[in-house]
Amino acid sequence: MKDLLKFLTCGSVDDGKSTLIGHMLYDAKLIFADQKQALELDSQVGSNDGKIDYSLLLDGLMAEREQGITIDVAYRYFTSDNRSFIVADSPGHEQYTRNMAVGAAFADLAVILVDATKGVIQQTKRHSRICSLMGIRHAVLAINKMDLVDYDENIYHNIHSDFKALCEDLHFDTVYSIPVSATEGDNLTHLSVNTPWYKGQPLLSFLENIDVSKYQKIDGFLLPVQRVSRPNRTFRGFQGEIASGSIKIGDPITVYPENETSKVKSILLGDKNVEEAFLGQPVTVQLEDEIDVSRGSVLASGRVPLVADLFTSTLLWMDNERLVEGRSYHLKIGTKTINATIMDIKYRIDIHTSDHIPAEYLEKNEIASVDIATTDRIVFEKFEDNEALGGFILIDKVSNMTSACGVVEHALRRSDNVSFEKMDVTKEIRAEKKGQKPIALWFTGLSSAGKSTLANALEKKLVSLGKHTMVLDGNNIRKGLNHDLGFDEPDRIENIRRVAEVVKLMNDAGLITISAFISPYESDRITAHEIIGEEFVEIYVSTPLEVCEARDVRGLYKKARNGEIPNFTGVSSPYEVPKNPDFVIDTSNSSVDDSISQIMKYLDQYL
Amino acid sequence: MSNLTHLDQLEAEAIYIIREVAAECERPVMLYSIGKDSSVMMHLAMKAFYPEIPPFPFLHVDTTWKFSEMIKFRDRKAKELGIQMISYTNPEGLKNNINPFDHGAGYTDIMKTDALKQALDKYQFTAAFGGARRDEEKSRAKERIFSFRNSQHAWDPKNQRPEMWKLYNSKINKGESIRVFPISNWTEKDIWQYIKRENIEIVSLYFAKERPVVERDGNIILVDDDRMRFLPGEKPMMKMVRFRTLGCYPLTGGTYSSADTLDAIIEETLGAVASERTSRVIDQEAAASMERRKREGYF
Ligand SMILES: Nc1nc2c(ncn2[C@@H]2O[C@H](COP(=O)(O)OP(=O)(O)O)[C@@H](O)[C@H]2O)c(=O)[nH]1
Repeated sequence: MKDLLKFLTCGSVDDGKSTLIGHMLYDAKLIFADQKQALELDSQVGSNDGKIDYSLLLDGLMAEREQGITIDVAYRYFTSDNRSFIVADSPGHEQYTRNMAVGAAFADLAVILVDATKGVIQQTKRHSRICSLMGIRHAVLAINKMDLVDYDENIYHNIHSDFKALCEDLHFDTVYSIPVSATEGDNLTHLSVNTPWYKGQPLLSFLENIDVSKYQKIDGFLLPVQRVSRPNRTFRGFQGEIASGSIKIGDPITVYPENETSKVKSILLGDKNVEEAFLGQPVTVQLEDEIDVSRGSVLASGRVPLVADLFTSTLLWMDNERLVEGRSYHLKIGTKTINATIMDIKYRIDIHTSDHIPAEYLEKNEIASVDIATTDRIVFEKFEDNEALGGFILIDKVSNMTSACGVVEHALRRSDNVSFEKMDVTKEIRAEKKGQKPIALWFTGLSSAGKSTLANALEKKLVSLGKHTMVLDGNNIRKGLNHDLGFDEPDRIENIRRVAEVVKLMNDAGLITISAFISPYESDRITAHEIIGEEFVEIYVSTPLEVCEARDVRGLYKKARNGEIPNFTGVSSPYEVPKNPDFVIDTSNSSVDDSISQIMKYLDQYL
Repeated sequence: MSNLTHLDQLEAEAIYIIREVAAECERPVMLYSIGKDSSVMMHLAMKAFYPEIPPFPFLHVDTTWKFSEMIKFRDRKAKELGIQMISYTNPEGLKNNINPFDHGAGYTDIMKTDALKQALDKYQFTAAFGGARRDEEKSRAKERIFSFRNSQHAWDPKNQRPEMWKLYNSKINKGESIRVFPISNWTEKDIWQYIKRENIEIVSLYFAKERPVVERDGNIILVDDDRMRFLPGEKPMMKMVRFRTLGCYPLTGGTYSSADTLDAIIEETLGAVASERTSRVIDQEAAASMERRKREGYF
């Protein structure tokens, strides 16, 4: 029976990927006659002086490019006498790196193209690193366009050495370089007379013969449970694909993380009862005892997987939004999906130099070492020990995008994790726990302008949306914290300073604050802004003095006019209109509900 | 140590995918077109859950123009396996007598695309298995196994989620849904070899037999019932024909063949001179616009 080789082709745009595969299939007579005819016909129409353009066979993407359709991995299928092949043809452009990574996660082997006239370039490094990260252990460097360098042996050797040097800190078991010409067909299906110095195999034979079977790095049986099947009262089976080793009826089983034990009672391979089942087979296992097993549990025999709630990973960030410490995602590892928090971005890896660079956030397509904590203990393995239990993805909780993929390097214990202890619980983490971004809404305006009414109504609205909030106003500040302060200018300044400091602390705690103070002086508001920082949002309640005075909710204007209150803003003390408020609202002609919906509309960008 | 063959690996991958959907998605359904690919997919679903029957229903979108043999096969199969089979026809289309002779491409839109969307909405399915394969045509070659549809059932090829290892991301927001293609990586040849290996029953239209047909624009069309409309001068002739794909009989081209056994079909397929899709009339018209149709919600 034939086996299957899944391989990836990658390289820069115009390195000759499509031509290479197209020409190989054509020469090996592995294409349908109608495809062949169409190819020969298309090529005649094309400009290439009637020479066959082999790339047409693969470039479904060409037409698509013209239509402005996205470039993505395309899968192609062919079969030779010895093997079935699936080619993941991945895009060359840097901006499609994540699509290239999809192809790499799929494949067992990578054919990495370089242009002999250019040698190993940055894109070669990026692709090789991603291939290695995603678990590819066999790399073939197709040094293409040898016809353009007169089939020069030295050029081949130089590029091959560069590539070997590059692969030194990667995890390839096979590193093989083949000098080829995709247009001329050299060393594709048979050795070329143009490279008598090349003693290796042509590409197709290499692909047909290489052994990519994953040798087991760990002993023992592992079955991540996909699903518990209970069709009736007598049958309770655990369904999944064997991720390591093999299992026989009667074998002892420990279930992780539950840590319960039993024995194998029966094994179904599809719809057939079997005595024994092996790596890669989809099975349904029944156990002797009724023990607690659910999706995400792992049945193990002869192997103790890692069980922890903190681990160090290497990940590829793939989202347009940057990754910051403290954010939470859904983490999917094996068959388990769980809430996880990015605890520490330890460093990012420079693709070019392999250097470790300190980083506080990650941009799309960056690779980094990151510590991740899960809300509960989960079962996993190091990726190098087992792919099925060592690879994970992070899913954005709002967009549902697959934001990152990564591999487990090792488990950490919370107690002995230096980086975790080194890193304090940050503002971001506190906010993340509350599922919100802290903001400091600062209402300013005359007495009776509507600040407190709006602040209280707004708080109700925000709380109804699940936000965590705090209103600060004269009532709760003046009577406690600031009871020692009066209303002259120095005390007003101190009042605002203290309020701003409290707001800052509450923002640090992850809260959304709403403060309602007259705060009449521009300079004080500037100070408050400086203390609070970027969370500060100034909302000017611009209701005119006449309206405020007509309202005179607390009878204060009357008293001020009678001279009973000195330094009353608007009457005997100035109100400086904000120069650049973030939002202005006049409550003279709008109901509270209207005003709140206007404010909410504006706040949308912050929430 | 047993090394999995290529078919074993494809089978394991498909079963894994089917089980993931059953475990993670709220309301899955398996689309069933009665064709050979659907038959393989159904067989895989039966195997994936045995001894349980698949924990989701099957859905057939009936245009009322399918080969009559297909409908009989569907009903018998559902009964034998004890699965729930939903058949759905677009009521508007039925009322307006939308048919492949008078309505051309509009027919496909109304009786297939619209009907499918209506059915998915009606039953509020959040995930639908489809039997499409990546080797069938170019827009599918780039589609993920878990492929997202917005509330209008439209596909956004520019924003496909990365799909890593076996870690399928099935998270969706309300109103969105997923199309899942568990046999994405199978080729036509794999399908036939698997049908043989597993002894899967398929509609007999796949086997060559003397059948009444007419030849039209190079296509061989079966005269399946008396709704068939003939062009001037056309008369049914009895010929040995078989079908490489099944759909609505007036839109499905057969091939002259004497392959009346599975082995003969496999032989013919292995040495095939034409890729499979050329025998589906509709696809010839619309090949270039498949991507457009997918974006608009054609599966
Ligand atoms: N239920 C249903 N599914 C369809 C229809 N048209 C396309 N599909 C989906 O697209 C796939 C097409 O494959 P199929 O027709 O079985 O393969 P073929 O006969 O070999 O071409 C099906 O498996 C379905 O998932 C339809 O009219 N009804």
